[in-house]
Amino acid sequence: MNLDELYQEVILDHYKRPRGAGLREPYEGESHQVNPTCGDEITLRVHVDGGTIGDVSYENVGCSISKASASVMYELVNGATVDDALARLSEFTELMNSKGQSEGDEETLEDAVAFAGVSKYPMRVKCALLGWMAFKDALVRAEASIPGRTDA
Amino acid sequence: MEAVTKLDVDAVRADFPILKRMIGDRQLAYLDSAATSQKPVQVVEAMRRFTEHSNANISRSVHTLGAEATEAYEGARARIAAFIGAPSADEVVFTKNSTEAINLLAYAFQNGSLDPSADPRFRLGPGDEIVVTEMEHHANLVPWQQLAQRTGATLKWIGITDAGRLDVDSIPEVITERCKIISFVHVANLLGTVNPTSQITARAREVGALVGLDASQSVPHLPVDVTELGVDFIAFTGHKMLGPTGIGVLWAKADLLEAMPPFLTGGSMIKTVTMEGTTFAAAPAKFEAGTPPIAEAVGLAAAVDYLDQLGMENVRAHEKELAGYMLERLETVDGLTVVGPRVPIGRSATVSFTLEGVHPHDVGQVLDAEAVAVRVGHHCAKPTCVRFGVTATTRASAYVYNTHEEIDRLVAALGQVRKVFG
Repeated sequence: MNLDELYQEVILDHYKRPRGAGLREPYEGESHQVNPTCGDEITLRVHVDGGTIGDVSYENVGCSISKASASVMYELVNGATVDDALARLSEFTELMNSKGQSEGDEETLEDAVAFAGVSKYPMRVKCALLGWMAFKDALVRAEASIPGRTDA
Repeated sequence: MEAVTKLDVDAVRADFPILKRMIGDRQLAYLDSAATSQKPVQVVEAMRRFTEHSNANISRSVHTLGAEATEAYEGARARIAAFIGAPSADEVVFTKNSTEAINLLAYAFQNGSLDPSADPRFRLGPGDEIVVTEMEHHANLVPWQQLAQRTGATLKWIGITDAGRLDVDSIPEVITERCKIISFVHVANLLGTVNPTSQITARAREVGALVGLDASQSVPHLPVDVTELGVDFIAFTGHKMLGPTGIGVLWAKADLLEAMPPFLTGGSMIKTVTMEGTTFAAAPAKFEAGTPPIAEAVGLAAAVDYLDQLGMENVRAHEKELAGYMLERLETVDGLTVVGPRVPIGRSATVSFTLEGVHPHDVGQVLDAEAVAVRVGHHCAKPTCVRFGVTATTRASAYVYNTHEEIDRLVAALGQVRKVFG
């Protein structure tokens, strides 16, 4: 096994210096996700401002893959339009399900292409997707709430 | 008592072809036997021989194969009864695994609680108490939680000391006259603690409670004699003791099995059936509805033969030695903290630890790259993790086929983890 392929520099960097970490106000949707096999957890909030992701804030415990993935996701979706964020979500999910057959598009996925190697490790795909699942769920909740109203 | 001799580990290893497996360009170092053990050729061969030569359903055919299969299955039962010192083979109930064995017991209480004519020992209600410990595998916690919720009984537990031992001082306070059943783990799967049983069984006798023991991590590793232990039930599983998956055991005293309502119902467990009602067969058949795991029973009997040939005292001595070596070597790793007893006394060769600043998933991944197989995660013991303030641990566990050299490889690989995560 080639460990460098899994633990790319960019992943270790996001793990050691997570971007956008911490829970912030305001937010319209919040999600708590757990990986039952390893106990990794994330609480993630989404603030939608018009048609744009105004903020994504999160608190998590987990392995390097799950923490780095949340950090990379923050950079990708924060400030993006809701449509673009959802497109990144499906693109990243597809990459994770590619079993090492896809390299990912650096134009759109940026640092997240570093996770292409993770898709070869079925036991770690869930780690990489945990934050994204929380984002998806929190976004659904945010959009379901009445625009302009924040209920915690 | 058998004399303790050194296990011939090289000879043992020759019986386990999987240990020659290469992971990448390195030979496998399997340190995950607490999750599942590997199987010797003798077990695989016994199952193959049975399947190729004698396969048939049991207890219902008059043909030759049917008779051979029944004999093999019942022979396995007798073999396992002898292995754990059970007075009668009829006290051995085959289940799917430990989890099912413990559920069988918990459901005996639940079904008993619904039936006013059931034996009072198996009737629970508000005011009654069930006692477990804080170091249970979820398999010996969740069924009792569910039982308490459904019957209105109260679930209580014995805590853990900072050293990873049961808080035995609290036993008189936790186990009261209201207690009907105490079910506790013999050897803890995360901490590696070997629990003393006599204080709990003595207290149980005082208050008139029944005692169950989750022996999943003890029967494979220590001499276990149910008569000496003085408990009422034990549960264990085949795949952790060199046997196949899909078979486990509930042992219970004969009079208790007679009093217990069945868990799963259907074929093979009846005396007579009419459209209006059913009477049940005597134990153990009463608890073995449906076609049981026949080839697996044959495999488990072969595993028990194998362990007996090694001698369980020798197995224990070998693992005690490995536990001591593993603890000593792990203590030399920078930033490593053992979760559980730090001395090889009253503990198994299962050692959980954390590595400062590195998540166990990442530890396990780097170790795998070095072909060292360990378990990472919460080990189905989340309350134990919470007790020690961790979300997960890395766990190395040794068995009859493990060597000092494999422990050295574990320690060297942990150095590799440091290199990756700095």
